[in-house]
Amino acid sequence: MLGADRRSGIEQQEARLAWRLILPAFVTILLVALFPLLWTLWESLHLHDLRMPWLGKPFIGGDNYIEAFRDPRFWSSLGHTGFFAVTSVGLELIIGLGLALALNRAFRGRGLVRAAVLIPWAIPTVVSALLWRFMFEGESGIVNTVLVSLGVLREPVVWFIQPVAAWVPVILADVWKTTPFVALLLLAGLQNIDASLYEAARIDGASAWRQFRHVTLPLLKPAILVALIFRTLDAFRVFDLIYALTGGGPGTSTEPIALYTFNALLQNLQFGYGSALSIIVFVVTFSLAILYIRFLGAELTGAKR
Amino acid sequence: MSMRKWWPTLVLALLVVGSAFPLYWAVLASFTPEARLFQAPSLLPRELVLEHYRALFTERNFWIPIRNSLIVAGTTTAFCVTIGALCAYALARLQFRGKVVLLGFILAVGMFPQISVVSPLYLLLRSLHLINTYPGLVLPYLTFAMPLTVWLMVGFFRQLPAELEEAAMVDGASRFRAFREVIIPLALPGIATTAILTFVYSWNEFLFALSFTLGPDRQTVPVAIALFRGMYQVPWGQILAATVVATAPVTLLVLAFQRRIVQGLTAGAVKG
Repeated sequence: MLGADRRSGIEQQEARLAWRLILPAFVTILLVALFPLLWTLWESLHLHDLRMPWLGKPFIGGDNYIEAFRDPRFWSSLGHTGFFAVTSVGLELIIGLGLALALNRAFRGRGLVRAAVLIPWAIPTVVSALLWRFMFEGESGIVNTVLVSLGVLREPVVWFIQPVAAWVPVILADVWKTTPFVALLLLAGLQNIDASLYEAARIDGASAWRQFRHVTLPLLKPAILVALIFRTLDAFRVFDLIYALTGGGPGTSTEPIALYTFNALLQNLQFGYGSALSIIVFVVTFSLAILYIRFLGAELTGAKR
Repeated sequence: MSMRKWWPTLVLALLVVGSAFPLYWAVLASFTPEARLFQAPSLLPRELVLEHYRALFTERNFWIPIRNSLIVAGTTTAFCVTIGALCAYALARLQFRGKVVLLGFILAVGMFPQISVVSPLYLLLRSLHLINTYPGLVLPYLTFAMPLTVWLMVGFFRQLPAELEEAAMVDGASRFRAFREVIIPLALPGIATTAILTFVYSWNEFLFALSFTLGPDRQTVPVAIALFRGMYQVPWGQILAATVVATAPVTLLVLAFQRRIVQGLTAGAVKG
């Protein structure tokens, strides 16, 4: 009895210390993230136009959301975001998997490879956007020059004035920048696979393809899922890359939802409407995040320990 | 046989060339005279000049955004790592109710789309007269940096063996003293990695810096570079010189600490 009391006393002491240590960070997060988010929600239920202060800030319920659902530019920006996410994440996963398999096999030059892989990841997104803009810029930029001299293009393409062509540098820049990250995640997954499984498969006479299909892929599934969901979330809030690369143009043909929201807020100063768009972005991303926590929550929050 | 043996090397060679080429091209172009930039590009340098770098630091005062970025990213990192270490220690090594929920909450906040808090932060900073100031950037940066540091450090603290504090406490140290004098020194490499990653994310941040600054005196490096484009002409030489300058510090950090960074990224990957 006495022992149990003492133990629960120590436990209480430990819990008290824990909360004292957590409090500063927790309060910070509440203040700078949760409280603003609730404010966005509140703001989105009002007509609030900073250009027309005489209108005041009347409560209008869900009108901003109804306006968004009737707004063709909202739907097209949502469509662009979806297109961008599916295309870039798809390419990144396929290329990243190839790279991870190769990295897992290679023994020489790992340091060099790691550096080459990390630098695109580490540089500012705005910088990578501008690098790719420069390569695609003009009729005599490097991309046009190389493609024409190789005979791929008959004449130079002006990439940034055509709605479809403008996506090419956008997707390439994203793939260039983030595939390394995907490859690293997948490589970590590959290194966790027990080598004896391959040995057993080889003894059973399984071909390289069958080993990949029946050993590698199933065991790599969790890592692939993590990469997939991280990248989808990230692609869904794409902003910097497109802002600096195409500015959403030509017209609004590459404008993603985050950029449209930014324009509504800080160009047009429509704070009510912009906040409603923000909440929609949040709900979509958050649903994806919940999916992620559902799939991998137990592992990540440390149920093992 | 030879094909099977050689393909990884071939793929990796392609990877290195593909990753490095855009950077090589930018460095090369930043030393090329403006008039030559779009005239018959050649893969090897023909004529190297320093005019773009000179213009960048004399006409453009590019040291101002560099100073701003260093101050903002440095302050954010220092604050988050200090406060975050306490929180992460409790989450990683202490037993209490509600821990799993709290971890999930922090992870979820770390995945917030930044755009979803731009409007209230703008209104808040405006009413506090903090638009276009350093605190007006550090405060918003905490939204993504705090969850990131906590999450990464929870991962690092968990890797240390559980017996460490127990041994110290048997010797009569309090729990907090065990943390300060045993755990912190041992976790120092992990804390350093966290600091580097937080610094890199803050240095690269764009949306908040674009939204909450008004002019060149408080703009950070990414914002300054993105707004270089004039109405009628694009000073590509200077833009590329600026990209080289902006990339240099993060590149050096990454090269110096690459092994640790890979560890941090794959263990507690919060953001791409």
